[in-house]
This record gives sequence, structure tokens and C-alpha cells, in this order.
Amino acid sequence: MDLDDTPEQAAYRAQVRSWLDEHSSEAPVLQGPGALTDEDEIIAARRVWQGKLAEGGLAGVTWPKEYGGQGLGPIEQVICNQEIARAKVPGILDAIGVGMLGPTIIAHGTDEQKGRYLGPMLHGDEVWCQLFSEPAAGSDLAAVQARARQQDDGSWRLSGQKVWTTNAQFASYGLLLARTDPDVPKHKGLTLFIVPIDAPGVTVRGLRQISGEAEFNEVFFDDVALDEGAVVGGVGNGWGTALTTLMYERVTIGLGGEGLGYNSTRFAAALARDPDARRDPEVRHQLGQIASELLAVRFTGYRTLTALQKGQIPGPEAGLAKVTIVNGAIKAGDLIADVIGPDALSQDSEWAYMISFLPGLKSAGGTEEILRNTVGERVLGLPPEPRLDKGIPFSELRSKEGAPA
Amino acid sequence: MNLALSDEQEFLREAARGTLSRFKTVQAAREALDGEQGALPDLWPTACEAGWPGLLIGEAHGGAGLDAFDAMLVMGECGRVLAGVALLGHLPATAILDDSPNAAELMADLASGARRAAYLPAQPPGDLDERWSADPASGFARGDLPVAGEGGRDSDNGRVALTGSFAFVPDAPGANVLVGVALRDGLPVGVAVLADAPGVQVRPVTRYDVTRSLGHVTLKDSPAVVLDAPVESLTGAWHLAQALIAAESLGSVETALEVSVAYAKERFTFGRAIGSYQAVKHSLTEVLRQLENGRSLLYYAGWARRGAPGEFALAANSARSVASRALDHAARTMISVHGGIGATWEHDAPLYFRRAQLSRRLLGGTGSATDRVAGELLAQADAA
Repeated sequence: MDLDDTPEQAAYRAQVRSWLDEHSSEAPVLQGPGALTDEDEIIAARRVWQGKLAEGGLAGVTWPKEYGGQGLGPIEQVICNQEIARAKVPGILDAIGVGMLGPTIIAHGTDEQKGRYLGPMLHGDEVWCQLFSEPAAGSDLAAVQARARQQDDGSWRLSGQKVWTTNAQFASYGLLLARTDPDVPKHKGLTLFIVPIDAPGVTVRGLRQISGEAEFNEVFFDDVALDEGAVVGGVGNGWGTALTTLMYERVTIGLGGEGLGYNSTRFAAALARDPDARRDPEVRHQLGQIASELLAVRFTGYRTLTALQKGQIPGPEAGLAKVTIVNGAIKAGDLIADVIGPDALSQDSEWAYMISFLPGLKSAGGTEEILRNTVGERVLGLPPEPRLDKGIPFSELRSKEGAPA
Repeated sequence: MNLALSDEQEFLREAARGTLSRFKTVQAAREALDGEQGALPDLWPTACEAGWPGLLIGEAHGGAGLDAFDAMLVMGECGRVLAGVALLGHLPATAILDDSPNAAELMADLASGARRAAYLPAQPPGDLDERWSADPASGFARGDLPVAGEGGRDSDNGRVALTGSFAFVPDAPGANVLVGVALRDGLPVGVAVLADAPGVQVRPVTRYDVTRSLGHVTLKDSPAVVLDAPVESLTGAWHLAQALIAAESLGSVETALEVSVAYAKERFTFGRAIGSYQAVKHSLTEVLRQLENGRSLLYYAGWARRGAPGEFALAANSARSVASRALDHAARTMISVHGGIGATWEHDAPLYFRRAQLSRRLLGGTGSATDRVAGELLAQADAA
């Protein structure tokens, strides 16, 4: 039992570190003195930086070599992330594309799609976004209503709305889950498409949240034309193809908890500054409880890494770590704000930002309720909730819900 | 990165499960609660056959030379079936003695289990409380450690006379050697006392969970050997005890969860298995969430004891804090998932509930472990 690198991992770490030593002065500065402030400038600078990371082999670590990646495993990806964090430079801009959507195209895309899209994605020349969730399809993702109709010439027309879309405001392409056949049960009539965000009929609108900042977007599609080659993974196979993306999402979230900055060290430091709070039994008790659980998540991450190293794929129980992190951070935010008082809620406070962000994060990547359902059924083997949508064509289902399909 | 069981550890755990399955420990617990004398099996001979007494004793002294995590695996198996194996007392005591060159002559018998040791729990100072303290026989205020006085004509040979008391000492009844901490000139020293030495009294006490052997220990001018274990070994023993009771608790959580899940699949209401209802499903996944968190912290503690000694206190106490809450929750969930039957004498659930209720109040209690997590992190923040 150890947390050490193997000799091969240590060699890889040294290689990454030496590249960063040489190039980190070229990275855009996002914090502290001299930091960029203009949003467009930041994005432009981060695109260039992603290109450099890709050239240095620090982007697409797990991608096959033939697509410009390094052909390495998830452990090397984690080592690379750790070294980038250690060098205090930004990581790649398009983590969603390179981490989730690229691997989906590699697994299910045509040779033409791979040749056209993967290179510019990896180098940050074209940023991607994930167009899955809709206002009425989140936890029940297979309920998507965005509708693509095939034309006589084989091309497609797309109409509908997506939501919670990160990076859409500067993305070139999106990977979109649409309904192509409403007359079959809902998991069967879905297809995945590559959609150019600059196509006529696409509208991107920022979605402001509690903090007042727009972390996400809504994206609207009004009779958008797509050619036949936009389909990924075959017509009607959208659900299975989308599950590939979601699997990569789970791995990304499972290994990225600490990256969110919700950790015991940061929270303890905030309380340590108050000489009275740090002696208060109730504050200490709360801190001890919250910190214990967050420490546990750190070591759950190491257990996950060990499993990945052995070639195992993390199961749905990884979702429980997300529940622990979010609820722990919510409690920590409450405790710290109780100690600091109203100043914790001032506009420029890191705690105000965290407190505002967490209620939404609780539903991100699956609500707590749906995660608990999934874990209860897949891990504990408990019987599923009775479902009223099994085997029923989507159009019929919609009319039962009192809305047109 | 390797945070998984080795093949040897898998084998140790499976062997422990197999060994303990030969005894009907849970049934015996109920019979013992009913006052049946001798219902509880004596598991020490079995532990000796399996080599458990020597888990933390070096090979040079006849032990297995294994580490805390291996001991935690065995404790977990004991916890699964509520087996009282006297390891919670024996193992921390042997950890101190193994660090004490002048205790070498005791070690062979302790490693084989021919003689049994019990750890006199002494809580080391924290960031707010500078004293060493002992669990009190009752109430909230913590007790003082025994003071070592001059031991008469043998005092030149490191012998002292001890006077003081320890309450609720795990596995003290029947132990041959009592190992703990005393104050000499205001400084902590490791001490070993033979249970049959003059002035030593061990009074067995039973509280709520009859599977747990406890004793109140009083010492009156009792001759003791001052051990030459370093002070880190004395603080480490307390934290080790926290990690061991955490592991034992999580073993009980495993059983509570398995039994509850099985029932939730077979019990139907309103035409559906109750496990299909979100309210039941979600409370069972909450047990699993806490269990998984606790397991991860056992890995942390198991690694930190040798791999990052400066973090062992944080690791062990966070494991205790999470595991203890997990068992509280799991035992209550086990009862409520079973409905009224779960609260009856015939069911196993109350036995796990009794285990939870007593465990959380031993060895300083869960609250002090949680407080120490805070203290350790605040100190880390100061140092950063």
C-alpha cells in the first residue's frame, strides 16, 4: 500500500515537469498581478496555450497516438493534471471536448469525422460543447425533445432547445442528442449529431445563476440544416453512443473533486484565522465532521486511481463521492459564513461565490436523487422504481403527459 | 499509487471470515443478553491459532510483523459478526511493547497469545488541552493519568509504583499485562503492569453490549516497569486504537447493510418490494456512502501510520469519526427498514444497535475523535 509513482510513472512525471519548467512562462496569467481581465482575451490566450500543451503532449494524454494523443492511461492523465496544477498554470480550455466528446468520436465516429474534427479540437482551434440536457430532460436524459427530421436528400433539419451548456458562447461545434423517431420507445429513437454552432438558426444565450454570473448557456435551434455526415454512431443509436460520453464524464468528475477546491485544508485555513472560532466546540465539531468526509473523498479518489491502474472502470458508486463533496462544501460554506458573518456574503468574497454556486452544482451531472437511485439499483441491487415509460413509444408518452410530442 | 488489498491481505481477511464463521457469535450475543452464563464462546484460542495476537509484533519477537491495516482487516471481520476477540485491548498494547526494547522478554508469549495484554487508554494532549487524560468512570470531565512514584528498592531498574485508575478498559478482564501511560515528573512514560501484581484490581463491567469485554482498572502502589518506548509510540497507540475500533465498526456496518438490503428486496408493501421506494433506497445508499467513506479513511490510516506518521492522528481520528457515525446510522436504518420486527428481541438488529451505542462512547468517544480532526487541521493550517 503506497501513494508512490511506479518508476515508469515517475519518469513520465519528470518529463511533464521538465516541459512545464521550460514553457510555463508562456502560459496566460489568470490570477494575481498582471492577470488578464477581458473575457475574450482570456479565451483567446487559453486557446493558444491549449495548442502549446497539445504540442508538448500535455493534452489528449489518453487519446490514441494516431489522433495526436499520447496513447497513455488515466493515471498518466492524472499525473499530467497534478503537474499542471503544481506549475500554477491553466490547464486545457476545452476539457469537455478533449475529455469526453473527443473520446466519443474516437469510439463511434466515422474516419471522415475523426480526420476533420479531432485535430482542431485537441489544439484548441475549435472548442466543443455538450448538447445533451434540456429543460425537460436532465436526470431523465432519454426524454430529450430536440427533434431532427431527415429530408428526402438525406440531410437533416433540427429544432429544439438545450440548456446547461458550458462553453457554448465560444464553441465551434457541439455534440447534440436529438430525437429522430418519436414513434418508438424513448431510448430507441435517439441520434447523436455534430452541430456547427455558427450554423444559421443556432442562438446561444448566457444563463445567469445565483451569483449573477453566467456559467452556462441556453442554446436554441430553429430549423437548423445538418448534412448527412453529421450523424455520429448511426441513426437510432444515440442513447448507446451518449452513454460513452457519460462514462467519460463520470471518470472526469470522479477524479476531479479535489480540483474544485472543496477540500478540508482550504476550509480549515479559513477558520484557523479566527482565534475564537477555532476554540469553539461547536465550530470544531462541525469542522471535524465535514473535513473527515472530504478527506475520505480524497482517498476514495486514490482507490479509484488504483482500480484504473489495474484496468478496472469505476462503477456508479463514484457518484457517491460527488454527493459527499457537494454536501460537505455546502456545510462548510454555512459554517465559514456563520463564523465570518455577513462579510462572507460580500460581492467579492470567495465564500459568497461558493455558496451561490453549490445549490446548482447539487443537480449537475445528475441530481442527488437520481444518483442515489442509480447506486441503489446498480451497486446494492435494489429493485428499480416502477416505470411508466417502458416500451411505450415516445409520442404516446408525451401525449399522456399532456403535451404534444 | 497502490491503495488496494494485496493478495496476502485478501487471504488474511478471507481466512478471518472463515475462522469466525465456525462460531455462532451473533446468536451467542442474544443468549448472553438473556443471562445465559457461558453463552459467549472463548475466541482467544482461535485467535492464537490464526496468529492474530502477534499481528503487530515484529518477526524478531515471534510476531507476524504486519501493520495497522492488516490488524484493521481482522477487526473488521470481528465487527461483522460481533465477535469479542480481545484484540482491541491487546493490539495497541503490543504496539507500545514492540517499540520498547526493555519489554523484549514479554514478547514471545504475547505474540503467541499464551499471555494477553490490554491497553490502558490514555488520550494524548490536543491543541486545546495540554494534558494527557483517561476516560472517566462517569460524567463529562476527563480523568488524570496515574502518577508514577518511586518503586522502593527496585527503582534503579526502571521500576515505579503506580497509583490511579482507568475506566472502561477494553478487554481488561483476564488480561495478563496492562500497558499504558503514566506521568513521571509531569512527563508521559509508557508503563507495563502485571495484572496479578500487588494493588492491581480489574473489575469487569458490562454495559448494554454484552459482546464487549470491559473492565475498570485501579492501581494502588502497583509495581510497574517504565518502558523505553518513545512518546510517539504512546500517542500512536491511542490513535491506533481509534483506527481499530473504526475498522471494527465498519465491519458491523457491512453486516447491517447486507441484512437490510436483503430484506428490502424480499419484503413487499402495496405490491412492490420496499427497496424500490426511494425513501428506503436512499437511506440504504446513505449507509453505503458512509461505509465507503469510512473504508477510504481506513486506507488513509493504514498507509499513514508508516507512510506519513505526521498525518496518522488526522487519518485515524477521521476514520473513527466517520465509522462511528456510520454505525450509528446503519444500526438505526437496519431497525427502521425492518419495521417493527427490527426492534424486537428476536431480531439481530438490536444487537448491532447495542454495539453502536456502546462503541461510540468508548476510547474517548466519537466526539473527541471528531474534535481532534479539527485540531489537527487547524494546526496544519497554522504551519502552512
